[in-house]
Amino acid sequence: GFLIPYFIMLIAEGMPLLYLELAVGQRMRRGSIGAWKIISPYLCGVGVASVIVSFFLSMYYNVINAWAFWYLFHSFQDPLPWATCPLNSNRTGYEDECEKTSSTQYFWYRQTLNISPSLEASGNVQWEQALCLTLAWLVVYLCILRGTESTGKLEQLSNPKTWISAATQIFFSLGLGFGSLIAFASYNEPTNNCERHAIIVSLINSTTSIFASIVTFSIYGFKATFNYESCINKVILLLLNAFDLEEGSLTADNLNEMKDYLMATHPQEYAQLSPQLKNCSLEAELDTAVQGTGLAFIVYSEAIKNMEVPQLYSVLYFVMLLMLGIGSMLGNTAAILTPLTDSRVIATRFPKEVISGVVCFINCVIGLIFTMEAGNYWFDIFNDYAATLSLLLIVLVETIAVCYIYGIRRFEKDLYTMIGRKPNWYWKIMWAFASPLLIISLFIFYLTDYILTGTLQYQAWDATQGQLVTKDYPSYALAVIGLLVAASTMCIPLGALVTFIRKRLKRE
Amino acid sequence: MLIIGLTICRISDVLLCNVTDRVSFWFVVTDSSQNMTTVPGSVVEAAIRMNRNRINSAFLLSDKTLQFLKITSTLSPPVEPSTPVWLIVFGVVLCLIVAGIVFLVVAGIQQRKKKNKESTERENLEEKGEVTVTVENGIPCEALDLKAGHINGVFAADDERFTSL
Repeated sequence: GFLIPYFIMLIAEGMPLLYLELAVGQRMRRGSIGAWKIISPYLCGVGVASVIVSFFLSMYYNVINAWAFWYLFHSFQDPLPWATCPLNSNRTGYEDECEKTSSTQYFWYRQTLNISPSLEASGNVQWEQALCLTLAWLVVYLCILRGTESTGKLEQLSNPKTWISAATQIFFSLGLGFGSLIAFASYNEPTNNCERHAIIVSLINSTTSIFASIVTFSIYGFKATFNYESCINKVILLLLNAFDLEEGSLTADNLNEMKDYLMATHPQEYAQLSPQLKNCSLEAELDTAVQGTGLAFIVYSEAIKNMEVPQLYSVLYFVMLLMLGIGSMLGNTAAILTPLTDSRVIATRFPKEVISGVVCFINCVIGLIFTMEAGNYWFDIFNDYAATLSLLLIVLVETIAVCYIYGIRRFEKDLYTMIGRKPNWYWKIMWAFASPLLIISLFIFYLTDYILTGTLQYQAWDATQGQLVTKDYPSYALAVIGLLVAASTMCIPLGALVTFIRKRLKRE
Repeated sequence: MLIIGLTICRISDVLLCNVTDRVSFWFVVTDSSQNMTTVPGSVVEAAIRMNRNRINSAFLLSDKTLQFLKITSTLSPPVEPSTPVWLIVFGVVLCLIVAGIVFLVVAGIQQRKKKNKESTERENLEEKGEVTVTVENGIPCEALDLKAGHINGVFAADDERFTSL
């Protein structure tokens, strides 16, 4: 059921917009700020907005790589640390929190994040996570150091495989609106066939996404079934012990009838026991949806711990995750660095290594916020709000700018000079009508959703219950969210206003 | 035979009661040498704690399948090495990455120095005017080995073709 809208969006939005961004970058031979300035001077705000969104993204995204490093380093043990619960202080049983939830969730929430019960309780910086974050930034710095030279733009980036490693889900995974595509494409040869690359990249990206989601959902179902069955077994054991029933008289099938029977025959003992009896339900297990980034770590580590030679699969999986993550980070940092190195003001004063180093250092220091005990809540704020609305707006303005301000005929001619043939009617209709309409409707949907739900809420981990609970954001968190969205979207009208005022002043 | 303290009891000294459907029962241990008085619970508990393994293996059960109420089993903690393994791997990877960065930065600085030196040398020579570096197709003429070339017969001096002065 999900695949149909997915494919429609891919054809109507993903591929056309990907092609558009690649072509713009390739034609203008500049990063995002320069490229949009060439199309129309009023649009310099779009480039700046893209850079700001990329900056926010690079701030929080590398924390995922830090977590992947943490899990990778812990994979060299036997047994894997998330396979069993640790013991409690007098060694009579397992830790309370670990009993109530599973060992993989305990490892994620307690030993990796050491998460606090709410956003307000900030806690200290976790030094282990801070170390892993520093390492992740050092790796990114190493890769961009000898990366794209601004003079002799390298040819390796014309290979679609390099872009694929920077993609995650359909709309945002194609990297639309971040400026990273424009930045990468500006290093292409002018005659590069970006139309073919756009189609190949989006199709391969979708295939990998679908494959990954099939694997994820099957592991998810396995985990839910396993938890459901252990819950049932615990309830059976409790009832057997309390009422001294015969072994085997209570099974998963007759549990409900037997519970009613026991309630009728021994009401007092049953009433005493009922607080401990959990109502196990498979739907509830499936609904404990592990949110966003936790999914990759909890669900897959759960699957890996049940395999033979789990250390091998664990190392392989987390190395793959790291490669994807570092690839995405390279795209983001390229989107930030290319405008900086293209601008002559900064590039002549400081060598490239110093600029990259400063950017990485600033991002690393800001990223230490996400290593605090409440860091995962701030991470979720950035993950949910830093990019979504702003990207929609940026991409909308990009499409309208290229089609109506630059002129679709001019764009056609540019493409003809670059790849040797004009774009056919499918691309033109998508760029001119379908994609902008879809984006506007998405935009309206998001806004109404935000307005209707009133105050925004988040999922906090409750250590006493061993599950996620919903809480409201405090006011300063709401202010940060507003700032995140405003910082990038306001650039577009501000940029147009500044250019307008400058032109007025020049005329006078 | 159960050894409680220093007294040895026989099987007939263990009395079962309250046997239920569930394979569970209460038992008391009597001391036949002291006129069939029951041995206090704490002593029995201590004895069971010490000999848990023997009791389990007698029934071919384990701590998980044979449960003594009020006697919780102590679980063995997992083996922990003195330095956490992850720090060792982290240290190795960190050293590699830092070495790579230092190497690339130093190489970049050296390259830039060489380029600067070359361009300043060329400027100095041109200023003095002593040596003009003539360049043919991007290659300085001094670098060309004129003798190693091939003589093209068409352009070889054919003195008779030219009018003599």
